[in-house]
Amino acid sequence: MPLTKEQIAQRIAKELKDGYYVNLGIGIPTLVANYIPSGIKVVLQSENGLLGIGPFPEEGMEDPDLINAGKQTVTTIPGSAFFDSAMSFGMIRAGRVDLTVLGAMEVSDRGDIANWKIPGKMVKGMGGAMDLVASAKNIIVAMMHTNPKGESKLLSHCTLPLTGTRCVKKIVTDIAVLDITESGFKLLERAPGVSTDEIRAKTEGNLIIEGDIPEMKF
Amino acid sequence: MNKVVLDADEAISSIKDGDVLMLGGFGLCGIPENCIAALVKKGIRDLTCISNNAGVDDFGIGLLLKKKQVRKMISSYVGENAEFERQLLTGELEVELIPQGTLATRCLAAGYGMPAIYTPAGTGTEVAEQKERRSFNGKEYLLEYAFEADYALVKAWKGDTDGNLIYRETARNFNPLMAMAGQVTVAEVEQLVPAGELDPDSIHTPGIYVRKIFQGQNYEKRIEQRTVRKAK
Repeated sequence: MPLTKEQIAQRIAKELKDGYYVNLGIGIPTLVANYIPSGIKVVLQSENGLLGIGPFPEEGMEDPDLINAGKQTVTTIPGSAFFDSAMSFGMIRAGRVDLTVLGAMEVSDRGDIANWKIPGKMVKGMGGAMDLVASAKNIIVAMMHTNPKGESKLLSHCTLPLTGTRCVKKIVTDIAVLDITESGFKLLERAPGVSTDEIRAKTEGNLIIEGDIPEMKF
Repeated sequence: MNKVVLDADEAISSIKDGDVLMLGGFGLCGIPENCIAALVKKGIRDLTCISNNAGVDDFGIGLLLKKKQVRKMISSYVGENAEFERQLLTGELEVELIPQGTLATRCLAAGYGMPAIYTPAGTGTEVAEQKERRSFNGKEYLLEYAFEADYALVKAWKGDTDGNLIYRETARNFNPLMAMAGQVTVAEVEQLVPAGELDPDSIHTPGIYVRKIFQGQNYEKRIEQRTVRKAK
């Protein structure tokens, strides 16, 4: 069974470690916040100027001055801090953020990512994505393995305009967990009940399968 | 020293057609609502607006777009505005999209008196086209220039009569950067107090950067994505 978006987030949350400062993108990445393992402290960074994003506010407690990068009303956790946009991208550029989780339209087998622009469609802008991918030391992409047409999103070369090059380290899709290595996508885990043949069929880029590939555990 | 003006109309009175404006805010959070309303009322045209976003159809910079007062937007993300999309597709409006960190840092460079900066954002992408590149320690960077803006319009939570400013929560965002970067900075504040009442240790923008300041009125502070959880 392919994973749900919630399960993709749940699997990515297993990569979190105590003391991590983490930037979560919009979409599936945002859901990772719901699965932070108990007993560890993870601080979420919002590029509009907040370290320590808390849960959404209770109804009636929304504060228009307190939003995340998706412009949603949020709260803060104890120990949070506010800062301006230059400092926010300063901490990103200087590699202080331990982990960045992003969605993507395409990823290449050398770690290029395309996630901001589709030719012929209204371009909304890259926001902070190009800054994040150019500087983050550890980038995990959360996405479906194929697009709505059934075409692979794991390619030998991205066809869409790039957001950044050679930057993605790991991909968690609805059917697989893969590392980006020098020689391509290395299959680490498969979704429960999904065969390596299916993953191979749905991966256009270079795929490395060595030995038995375990099923993901939750 | 007299920086205090009566209202937004007086604060923007010297802004003219074709000027380059910086406008603080992220989404609709921390935007200079009163100054935008005054610009709409005055009908100044052909503006170039440097702002992270372009508002929504009926609020923020969207109000200026609706009256076709903006010739060019320089932003990182402009997704929430149908009128914006229409003007872009018909060619009435010019748009320059740049990475958000580059936007922030080009403001910062201007405010710190530096003509340009190097950033890795956009290397290997179409953002890098026709830009000077340079490698440092084996990594490629792009040369990006400091912004030159005639005016910066910023919004703060508290300000004093000497122009010192304090922002609140994530409404800070681009405001302190732009306050330092404009040739002339206009600050609107929710609470204007006499000089001496703000704690000098808590000032985010020192008054030296602020030319005009006024007590803002009737803040709507609209929420773009109201998101709540169930009460326990």
